Amino acid sequence: METEKANRLAIIAAHGTLDAAYPPLILATAGAAMDIETAIFFTFYGLEILKKGKADHLQVAPIANPAMPVSIPNIVGMLPGMTGMATGMMNGWMQKAHVAKLSELLEAASEFGVRLIACQMTMDVMGIKKEDMIDGIEIGGAATFLEFASQNAISLTF
Amino acid sequence: MATNADQTLDCSGMACPMPILKTKKAVDALALGQVLKMVATDPGSVSDMTAWTNKTGHELVATERDGDKYVFYVKKAK
Repeated sequence: METEKANRLAIIAAHGTLDAAYPPLILATAGAAMDIETAIFFTFYGLEILKKGKADHLQVAPIANPAMPVSIPNIVGMLPGMTGMATGMMNGWMQKAHVAKLSELLEAASEFGVRLIACQMTMDVMGIKKEDMIDGIEIGGAATFLEFASQNAISLTF
Repeated sequence: MATNADQTLDCSGMACPMPILKTKKAVDALALGQVLKMVATDPGSVSDMTAWTNKTGHELVATERDGDKYVFYVKKAK
Protein backbone atom coordinates (compact mmCIF):
# COMPACT_ATOMS: atom_id res chain seq x y z
CA MET A 1 0.00 0.00 0.00
CA GLU A 2 1.54 3.28 -1.12
CA THR A 3 1.59 6.15 1.38
CA GLU A 4 0.16 9.30 -0.08
CA LYS A 5 2.73 12.05 -0.42
CA ALA A 6 1.91 15.30 1.34
CA ASN A 7 0.99 17.97 -1.12
CA ARG A 8 0.25 20.75 1.26
CA LEU A 9 2.51 22.83 3.45
CA ALA A 10 0.88 24.43 6.49
CA ILE A 11 3.08 26.85 8.42
CA ILE A 12 2.39 28.71 11.63
CA ALA A 13 4.36 31.94 12.08
CA ALA A 14 4.01 32.99 15.71
CA HIS A 15 7.12 35.13 16.15
CA GLY A 16 8.03 38.51 14.76
CA THR A 17 11.75 38.95 15.27
CA LEU A 18 14.05 39.27 12.27
CA ASP A 19 15.56 35.83 12.79
CA ALA A 20 12.18 34.15 13.26
CA ALA A 21 10.50 35.73 10.26
CA TYR A 22 12.82 34.18 7.69
CA PRO A 23 12.20 30.44 8.15
CA PRO A 24 8.44 30.53 7.45
CA LEU A 25 8.86 32.77 4.40
CA ILE A 26 11.79 30.91 2.89
CA LEU A 27 10.10 27.54 3.32
CA ALA A 28 6.75 28.79 2.06
CA THR A 29 8.17 30.30 -1.10
CA ALA A 30 10.32 27.23 -1.74
CA GLY A 31 7.28 25.03 -1.16
CA ALA A 32 5.17 27.00 -3.61
CA ALA A 33 7.98 26.82 -6.16
CA MET A 34 7.83 23.04 -5.79
CA ASP A 35 4.11 23.02 -6.60
CA ILE A 36 3.17 22.35 -2.98
CA GLU A 37 -0.06 24.09 -1.96
CA THR A 38 1.13 26.38 0.83
CA ALA A 39 -0.41 28.53 3.53
CA ILE A 40 1.12 30.51 6.37
CA PHE A 41 -0.98 31.24 9.42
CA PHE A 42 0.33 34.39 11.15
CA THR A 43 -0.52 34.60 14.81
CA PHE A 44 0.66 36.55 17.87
CA TYR A 45 3.94 38.26 17.11
CA GLY A 46 3.92 36.78 13.62
CA LEU A 47 1.36 39.45 12.75
CA GLU A 48 4.21 42.00 12.86
CA ILE A 49 5.50 40.51 9.62
CA LEU A 50 2.22 41.37 7.89
CA LYS A 51 2.03 44.97 9.10
CA LYS A 52 2.37 47.53 6.31
CA GLY A 53 5.99 48.54 5.89
CA LYS A 54 7.13 46.48 8.86
CA ALA A 55 8.63 43.38 7.24
CA ASP A 56 11.91 45.12 6.38
CA HIS A 57 12.13 46.70 9.83
CA LEU A 58 11.92 43.72 12.13
CA GLN A 59 14.50 43.49 14.87
CA VAL A 60 16.54 40.92 16.71
CA ALA A 61 17.79 41.36 20.26
CA PRO A 62 21.20 40.12 21.42
CA ILE A 63 20.03 39.76 25.01
CA ALA A 64 19.24 36.22 26.16
CA ASN A 65 20.16 35.06 22.67
CA PRO A 66 23.26 32.92 23.32
CA ALA A 67 23.07 31.39 19.84
CA MET A 68 23.94 34.68 18.14
CA PRO A 69 27.11 34.24 16.07
CA VAL A 70 28.73 37.18 17.84
CA SER A 71 28.70 36.59 21.57
CA ILE A 72 27.45 39.57 23.57
CA PRO A 73 27.12 39.32 27.37
CA ASN A 74 23.55 39.95 28.53
CA ILE A 75 24.67 42.83 30.73
CA VAL A 76 25.89 44.58 27.58
CA GLY A 77 23.03 43.39 25.40
CA MET A 78 20.48 45.12 27.63
CA LEU A 79 21.94 48.58 27.01
CA PRO A 80 20.05 51.08 24.83
CA GLY A 81 21.05 50.76 21.21
CA MET A 82 22.19 47.16 21.44
CA THR A 83 19.08 45.74 19.80
CA GLY A 84 19.58 48.20 16.93
CA MET A 85 23.20 47.14 16.67
CA ALA A 86 22.41 43.43 16.63
CA THR A 87 19.68 44.04 14.05
CA GLY A 88 22.08 46.02 11.88
CA MET A 89 24.66 43.25 12.15
CA MET A 90 22.20 40.57 11.12
CA ASN A 91 20.87 42.65 8.22
CA GLY A 92 24.46 43.13 7.10
CA TRP A 93 25.06 39.37 7.07
CA MET A 94 21.85 38.85 5.10
CA GLN A 95 22.91 41.38 2.49
CA LYS A 96 26.39 39.93 2.25
CA ALA A 97 24.94 36.46 1.66
CA HIS A 98 22.53 37.91 -0.93
CA VAL A 99 19.46 36.78 0.97
CA ALA A 100 16.23 38.34 -0.28
CA LYS A 101 14.53 40.94 1.91
CA LEU A 102 11.44 39.87 3.82
CA SER A 103 9.26 42.22 1.75
CA GLU A 104 10.56 40.54 -1.41
CA LEU A 105 9.80 37.10 0.02
CA LEU A 106 6.28 38.25 0.94
CA GLU A 107 5.76 39.50 -2.62
CA ALA A 108 7.10 36.26 -4.05
CA ALA A 109 4.82 34.32 -1.72
CA SER A 110 1.77 36.20 -3.00
CA GLU A 111 2.93 35.82 -6.58
CA PHE A 112 3.28 32.06 -6.16
CA GLY A 113 -0.15 31.73 -4.61
CA VAL A 114 0.86 31.16 -0.98
CA ARG A 115 -2.12 31.90 1.25
CA LEU A 116 -1.22 34.43 3.93
CA ILE A 117 -3.74 34.04 6.72
CA ALA A 118 -3.86 36.42 9.68
CA CYS A 119 -5.28 35.12 12.93
CA GLN A 120 -8.43 37.07 13.79
CA MET A 121 -8.23 36.40 17.49
CA THR A 122 -4.68 37.64 18.01
CA MET A 123 -5.40 40.62 15.77
CA ASP A 124 -8.03 41.55 18.34
CA VAL A 125 -5.66 40.84 21.24
CA MET A 126 -2.90 43.00 19.76
CA GLY A 127 -5.30 45.67 18.45
CA ILE A 128 -4.26 45.16 14.82
CA LYS A 129 -6.77 45.96 12.09
CA LYS A 130 -6.90 44.67 8.53
CA GLU A 131 -6.04 48.15 7.19
CA ASP A 132 -2.80 48.02 9.19
CA MET A 133 -1.64 45.01 7.21
CA ILE A 134 -0.39 44.46 3.67
CA ASP A 135 -2.83 43.67 0.85
CA GLY A 136 -3.66 40.19 -0.24
CA ILE A 137 -4.10 38.55 3.13
CA GLU A 138 -6.98 36.46 4.41
CA ILE A 139 -8.34 36.57 7.94
CA GLY A 140 -9.21 33.38 9.73
CA GLY A 141 -9.20 31.46 12.95
CA ALA A 142 -7.82 28.21 14.25
CA ALA A 143 -10.33 26.13 12.32
CA THR A 144 -9.25 27.75 9.06
CA PHE A 145 -5.66 26.70 9.64
CA LEU A 146 -6.56 23.23 10.89
CA GLU A 147 -8.87 22.49 7.98
CA PHE A 148 -6.08 23.32 5.58
CA ALA A 149 -3.50 21.39 7.59
CA SER A 150 -5.68 18.32 8.06
CA GLN A 151 -5.49 17.26 4.44
CA ASN A 152 -2.23 15.63 3.58
CA ALA A 153 -0.05 18.47 4.81
CA ILE A 154 3.43 19.01 6.11
CA SER A 155 2.91 21.12 9.20
CA LEU A 156 5.59 23.44 10.54
CA THR A 157 5.66 25.94 13.39
CA PHE A 158 7.97 28.89 13.84
CA MET B 1 30.11 18.42 -22.55
CA ALA B 2 27.59 21.19 -23.08
CA THR B 3 23.94 20.36 -23.54
CA ASN B 4 21.81 22.50 -25.83
CA ALA B 5 19.44 24.81 -24.04
CA ASP B 6 16.37 26.70 -25.21
CA GLN B 7 16.59 29.31 -22.45
CA THR B 8 19.27 30.45 -20.04
CA LEU B 9 18.58 31.71 -16.54
CA ASP B 10 21.32 33.35 -14.53
CA CYS B 11 20.82 33.02 -10.78
CA SER B 12 24.39 33.96 -9.91
CA GLY B 13 24.63 35.78 -6.60
CA MET B 14 21.20 34.63 -5.47
CA ALA B 15 20.67 32.79 -2.24
CA CYS B 16 18.00 30.24 -1.32
CA PRO B 17 15.14 30.23 -2.17
CA MET B 18 15.51 32.58 -5.15
CA PRO B 19 17.22 30.14 -7.57
CA ILE B 20 14.33 27.72 -7.14
CA LEU B 21 11.69 30.45 -7.46
CA LYS B 22 13.24 31.81 -10.65
CA THR B 23 13.68 28.28 -12.04
CA LYS B 24 10.02 27.49 -11.48
CA LYS B 25 8.89 30.61 -13.31
CA ALA B 26 11.29 29.97 -16.17
CA VAL B 27 10.35 26.31 -16.60
CA ASP B 28 6.63 27.16 -16.45
CA ALA B 29 7.19 29.47 -19.40
CA LEU B 30 8.86 26.78 -21.51
CA ALA B 31 7.11 24.50 -23.96
CA LEU B 32 7.02 20.79 -23.18
CA GLY B 33 10.37 19.19 -23.95
CA GLN B 34 12.36 22.42 -23.91
CA VAL B 35 15.50 22.73 -21.81
CA LEU B 36 16.42 25.49 -19.38
CA LYS B 37 20.06 26.17 -18.54
CA MET B 38 20.23 27.59 -15.02
CA VAL B 39 23.45 28.99 -13.58
CA ALA B 40 23.85 29.48 -9.84
CA THR B 41 26.62 30.31 -7.39
CA ASP B 42 24.76 29.01 -4.33
CA PRO B 43 26.24 25.59 -3.41
CA GLY B 44 22.92 24.63 -1.83
CA SER B 45 21.31 24.66 -5.26
CA VAL B 46 23.00 21.38 -6.16
CA SER B 47 20.85 19.53 -3.66
CA ASP B 48 17.86 21.84 -4.18
CA MET B 49 17.69 21.37 -7.94
CA THR B 50 17.62 17.57 -7.54
CA ALA B 51 14.91 17.92 -4.93
CA TRP B 52 12.97 20.36 -7.09
CA THR B 53 13.02 18.16 -10.16
CA ASN B 54 12.10 15.11 -8.07
CA LYS B 55 9.09 16.91 -6.64
CA THR B 56 7.85 18.70 -9.72
CA GLY B 57 8.43 15.84 -12.15
CA HIS B 58 10.68 17.80 -14.52
CA GLU B 59 13.94 16.26 -15.61
CA LEU B 60 17.38 17.28 -14.45
CA VAL B 61 19.17 16.36 -17.67
CA ALA B 62 22.72 17.35 -16.70
CA THR B 63 24.74 19.27 -14.14
CA GLU B 64 28.17 20.88 -14.60
CA ARG B 65 30.71 22.89 -12.63
CA ASP B 66 32.11 25.97 -14.32
CA GLY B 67 34.59 27.55 -11.91
CA ASP B 68 32.55 28.85 -8.99
CA LYS B 69 29.32 28.36 -10.90
CA TYR B 70 26.94 25.40 -10.89
CA VAL B 71 25.16 24.78 -14.17
CA PHE B 72 21.89 22.84 -14.37
CA TYR B 73 20.01 21.69 -17.45
CA VAL B 74 16.32 21.16 -16.71
CA LYS B 75 13.92 19.68 -19.24
CA LYS B 76 10.25 20.53 -18.96
CA ALA B 77 8.67 17.09 -18.67
CA LYS B 78 5.02 17.90 -18.00
